Amino acid sequence: MRRTESESADRGDVTPDTSPYPIVVLSADGSVLRVSPSARILLGDVPQDRPDALRSRAPWLATAHLGLADGPRPPAPSAPSTSGPSGPSGAEPWGDGVRGLLDGRSLEGRPVPGTDGSVTWWLLDDSDRQRAERELARERERTAFLAEASSRLLASLNVERCMDVTVLEAVRRLADAAVVIGPNPGRRLRLVSCVRGGSPAAATTTQSPDMVPGLSEALQGFPPVPSRWINPAAAPAWLVPEGFGPVGSMAVVPLPGQGVPAGALVLLRHEDGAAFDENEETLARLFAARAGAAVSSARLYTEQAAITDTLMRELLPPRLQQTRGVEFAGGYRPAGDQDRVGGDFYDVHPATADQRETLAVLGDVCGKGLEAAVLTGKIRNTLHALLPLTGDHQRLLTLLNRALLTSHHTRFATLVLAAVRREGDRARVRVTSAGHPAPLVVRADGVVERVETRGSLIGVLPDVTSTTANLMLGPGESLVLFSDGITEARGGPLGGAEFGEDRLRAQLAGCAGMPAEAIVEHVQMIAAQWVGAGRHDDMAVVVISMPHGAHLSMVGGTGPGRYTA
Amino acid sequence: MTATANGGIRSTVTARAPGGAAVTTAGTRDWAEELWTSVSGADEGSATDVVFAALESGLDAESVLLDVVAAVQTRVGVEWAANRISVAQEHAATAINERVIGAMDRHPLVAAARPSAHRGHVTVACIDGEWHALPARILAQVLGLRGWRVDYLGAQVPTPHLIGHLHRTAPDAVALSASLSTRLPAAHMAITACQATGTPVLTGGAAFGPDGRYARQLGADVWAPDARSAAERLGEGLPEPAPAHQPVDDLPHLSDQEYTLVSRSKFRLVGAVMTGLEDRVPAMRDYTELQRQHTVEDIGHIVDFLAVALYTDDRSLFTGFLAWTADVLTARGVPAFTLRPALDLLAAELRDFPRARDLLAAGSGTVPSPPGPRGGTGDGGAR
Repeated sequence: MRRTESESADRGDVTPDTSPYPIVVLSADGSVLRVSPSARILLGDVPQDRPDALRSRAPWLATAHLGLADGPRPPAPSAPSTSGPSGPSGAEPWGDGVRGLLDGRSLEGRPVPGTDGSVTWWLLDDSDRQRAERELARERERTAFLAEASSRLLASLNVERCMDVTVLEAVRRLADAAVVIGPNPGRRLRLVSCVRGGSPAAATTTQSPDMVPGLSEALQGFPPVPSRWINPAAAPAWLVPEGFGPVGSMAVVPLPGQGVPAGALVLLRHEDGAAFDENEETLARLFAARAGAAVSSARLYTEQAAITDTLMRELLPPRLQQTRGVEFAGGYRPAGDQDRVGGDFYDVHPATADQRETLAVLGDVCGKGLEAAVLTGKIRNTLHALLPLTGDHQRLLTLLNRALLTSHHTRFATLVLAAVRREGDRARVRVTSAGHPAPLVVRADGVVERVETRGSLIGVLPDVTSTTANLMLGPGESLVLFSDGITEARGGPLGGAEFGEDRLRAQLAGCAGMPAEAIVEHVQMIAAQWVGAGRHDDMAVVVISMPHGAHLSMVGGTGPGRYTA
Repeated sequence: MTATANGGIRSTVTARAPGGAAVTTAGTRDWAEELWTSVSGADEGSATDVVFAALESGLDAESVLLDVVAAVQTRVGVEWAANRISVAQEHAATAINERVIGAMDRHPLVAAARPSAHRGHVTVACIDGEWHALPARILAQVLGLRGWRVDYLGAQVPTPHLIGHLHRTAPDAVALSASLSTRLPAAHMAITACQATGTPVLTGGAAFGPDGRYARQLGADVWAPDARSAAERLGEGLPEPAPAHQPVDDLPHLSDQEYTLVSRSKFRLVGAVMTGLEDRVPAMRDYTELQRQHTVEDIGHIVDFLAVALYTDDRSLFTGFLAWTADVLTARGVPAFTLRPALDLLAAELRDFPRARDLLAAGSGTVPSPPGPRGGTGDGGAR
């Protein structure tokens, strides 16, 4: 032993007395040979030359030391064994050393074999690093939870779905059960609750939020309240999800909205579960901030969408159907795929007792998008008011022109009117174009004719002129009204070519005898395929068809077609 | 090669009715055959009569939809491919089938059979650019009959509209239908966008392949081969949607940009092939304007399918399309051998695109060789 020490000293190596780190030298049987002063602070006074003395203080070290003798001896002093045993003593192999606890401190022991069978154990105190690593892992886990929760919350702009996601995420990490309570503009509270492992369940209640301390304030979003832990005994039955059992701890966390209240989140834990610590409370608040932002965005979107839908409803093209034994069908594709409305419009006003003709109108307002659509709405309303005058197309157009000239809109419009009246198995149609592409007639034999009508566009000149064409539609014959978005569509297999009236006529020639909606769909599909992915104008088409065969005369009657529209 | 009709191209027929025949011939009448007679005669009234009679004979509404109406719609596609009906007639037949489905809804037996309890809420829509709405319509009806609340959005739904709808209504699932393989890139966009809203996506339709391989490739949560299995899968509950991701993550091969470049230069490619064909195939110089137009369209379809085969990195999608085109051309009495020079010309244009070149070489192997001097002229335009 002395020889070893003197050799070490001769080589200028650190000795236990001079080492800046705790060192303990053990003999092959585990007896303590030397202890550095710093190691003595850690280990206390360990009697020397007693093989079992160390075991009572640091069993993991003793076990690891004895394990060294069983395993392959490290070849070089700098490469200690990695095959140290992990025993019940709390030791575990760690990298190239062994790790264990001593008086609550985490120590890493690294063996350096001596030449005489003794082993010098360097003891590194890594308690702080361990704590930092644990803290880092916890923080990473929290961040990952928040990131994942955020991306799920951001996915939807639907309030119900956001509330579902909020409770699902809350039970995934924060609590055994969670309840989201929507802000209550009315008297009923809307709740979505979820127990860990279950599915969200929605409910409403007329109970007062005042029954839960802090809930009313949280729901009003004012005054600002911190999330708070409340006495679980204060949890009213309606708040606790069915089958949850006794509540161990409970917290109310407000969901901060964007200027509007977004509701509150209630977290519940079982009686036997761990109580919340400060970190978890912080995490719950961070999560609630995200959930609140998502719920209030969804609420804003829902409100906007409802407003848009209401306003849009009047601007959307109507659903057409068979009217007085004549088929009407229409199709519309706005210029922008984002849009639902645009500058093209159509309407069908069924015949009445006073007005014996059904009036179909298809028009095109200069421009695209919402602004053009607003003007189409005005024109459609004006035309509706002028319906008693449909007997005289010229007069109707004159009045419409005057109305447009006096409005503040600077846009103009073209349109075509078709007044339809059934006569037996045929239909008499009066057609007037006001600056609009002339409609086409598809005869039963496949001949396609252009209707000879022309007139000035509406909303530009003080006076308008027009000529009205009269025609008859026999069984299986159709009148096709369309906007220039179809004939002027650019595309084709080579790109850049105009679809043109000739191609439209060629397509319509194959449509003789077809139901009106089939012709509409055919024209729409051909035009859409022509433009492909390219840009296009608003495209509208209305087809007025005289059904062929006797069957449709049964419509509204008592024949086998009794359930047909 | 002047006969693939405008847009009728699909990889297989549009609707399936497995094992339908045995059911529909139960009793003494073959309802599908009777409906086919009415539909092909564009006789809406008698078509409705047939379906009502089938209902009143005891056939349940779902079987009428799937084994009679869908079976007839399948036959419409087959008849069109065999050149026995025109595209316009196909549309007329489809319109009548649509009306028949609408009329069924108003039949007291159907109304009585419809369960009131709601099992959940499903949105059914066709992919943007997909005009074949009937398979989706039939699925919507079947789901309605099984007690689902269904929002049916119809044909060619622009993806922004679909997503807006999902945000507003938050259905339990969205079912997307596509028949045309060329809609797969659009389908991919729609699937990813729907999943990004947290809505699981069920896909169906011929475009996704007979085994649903493209549905899986494009990351759909569920694929169903027909309306019955779609309804059953929905009934079992759907998985969580795939997490929001970039579409390119599903298809790493897109990083070579070949799809982008080929689809972007479609018009130039079609023009170059037309010019080249006129040099190589003397008969083309005598083509009428209409025949020329059909040829241009056919080449356009070839480029479209080449592009979608690049998108999916699936050779069989391209070779399958070419084999099918050759059959359709033959059915229309148009020699299919101009396909191969067209493929050669495309390969010359795309010599810097290894994947495209590989597809075109594989395609050349599946189309008929140009015959010897004896049959070297195409008469074209037999449409």
